[in-house]
Amino acid sequence: MSIDKRLKRLRRSMMFLNAQRPGLLKDAYVYRPDCLLLDLEDAVAENQKDAARFSLYNALKSVDYRGVERIVRINALDTPHWQEDIRVSVAGGADGIRIAKCETAEDVKTVVKHIEKAEEEFGRELGSTLVMAALESPLAIINAYAICTACPRRMIGVAISGGDYRKSMQAEFSPDGIEMAAGRSNMLIAARAAGVQCFDTVFTDLDDMEGFRREVIMVKKMGFDGKSIISPRQIAIVHEVFTPTDREIREAERIVRTVREQAAQGIGVFTLDGKMLDIAFVPGAERVIELAKASGVYEGDL
Amino acid sequence: MQLRKSAMSGTLESSDAMVTLEPGGEGIRVEITSIVKAQYGRQIEACVRETLERLGVDNVKAIVVDKGALECTLKARVESAAFRAAEIDSGFPWGGAIK
Repeated sequence: MSIDKRLKRLRRSMMFLNAQRPGLLKDAYVYRPDCLLLDLEDAVAENQKDAARFSLYNALKSVDYRGVERIVRINALDTPHWQEDIRVSVAGGADGIRIAKCETAEDVKTVVKHIEKAEEEFGRELGSTLVMAALESPLAIINAYAICTACPRRMIGVAISGGDYRKSMQAEFSPDGIEMAAGRSNMLIAARAAGVQCFDTVFTDLDDMEGFRREVIMVKKMGFDGKSIISPRQIAIVHEVFTPTDREIREAERIVRTVREQAAQGIGVFTLDGKMLDIAFVPGAERVIELAKASGVYEGDL
Repeated sequence: MQLRKSAMSGTLESSDAMVTLEPGGEGIRVEITSIVKAQYGRQIEACVRETLERLGVDNVKAIVVDKGALECTLKARVESAAFRAAEIDSGFPWGGAIK
């Protein structure tokens, strides 16, 4: 897959896995998330950081993940762990690295510099390891655009991390997400301006599947590309919400076809089923079709 | 690789193994506790020996409490125990002695 295709690949669900727990690592791909986030950071106790790397390395080398993307979440840059985390991720052939608690473009550049060094050390193709940044503080949100544009050839995009973000904002969780609204919106605007992907935070209450669904629907409507998740039980809902329905696909096809037909006859704006349509509706409709194709549910010929 | 102290890695969770390395004595000795020892004891021992030999560990007693670990897990636990015992905590030879 070309770097461009890899950067833009479908990432509706990104599922966290504790790299220290082999039982989780060995068969997580069977649930078919779009991406696995192999965690060396918060899920791993401080005195097991070393053991987690060995477990990660052997899993990366010996488990066939059948095309599921593998991104490693490394420890933050203010810890003694991140450099070795980068070495093991690159040596093991991870698809990408998620930078925890990323606050500045400089953070991204520092990580990329070490990735380059590791790619050389371990004989991996230069530029093959992608990066993404987790934004977890107000400073990170303020710097979101600079972070998104710090390394265009490797940057997948940004994800907001609710736990630390709420803490640093002195905010509390609310079901409607009012405390996250500004952070989510600002990050989205930066990501879209930079042309990179944008992912929402985890939802931690596994007993509240209805609340989870509401949040997934909300972030899909806001324009997010996907969501970080913590359990295989959350995958189906995310995929269901982020995959266009038959009706949405047919509607999108109809918009694209009709606008083209009308344009060929010299007509710009017109109405279809009582709704105004013009060329401005085409990119949105095309995105629905692209998403349907990427999700493997498209059967049309556009 | 020179082991400086005894060290342990792994857990007693399902699909994991707990490996303890005690430096000293003559050669590599492996002691295994596992409910699947009858079927897999030999494979477990071979994996532990091979991993230790690749790391250049000569004289050691390896105590393995296996809870149904895959080979790649067992190998990871032996490796991390060995580096802990050698008191090495960075610059690991990924892709070299750790294959």
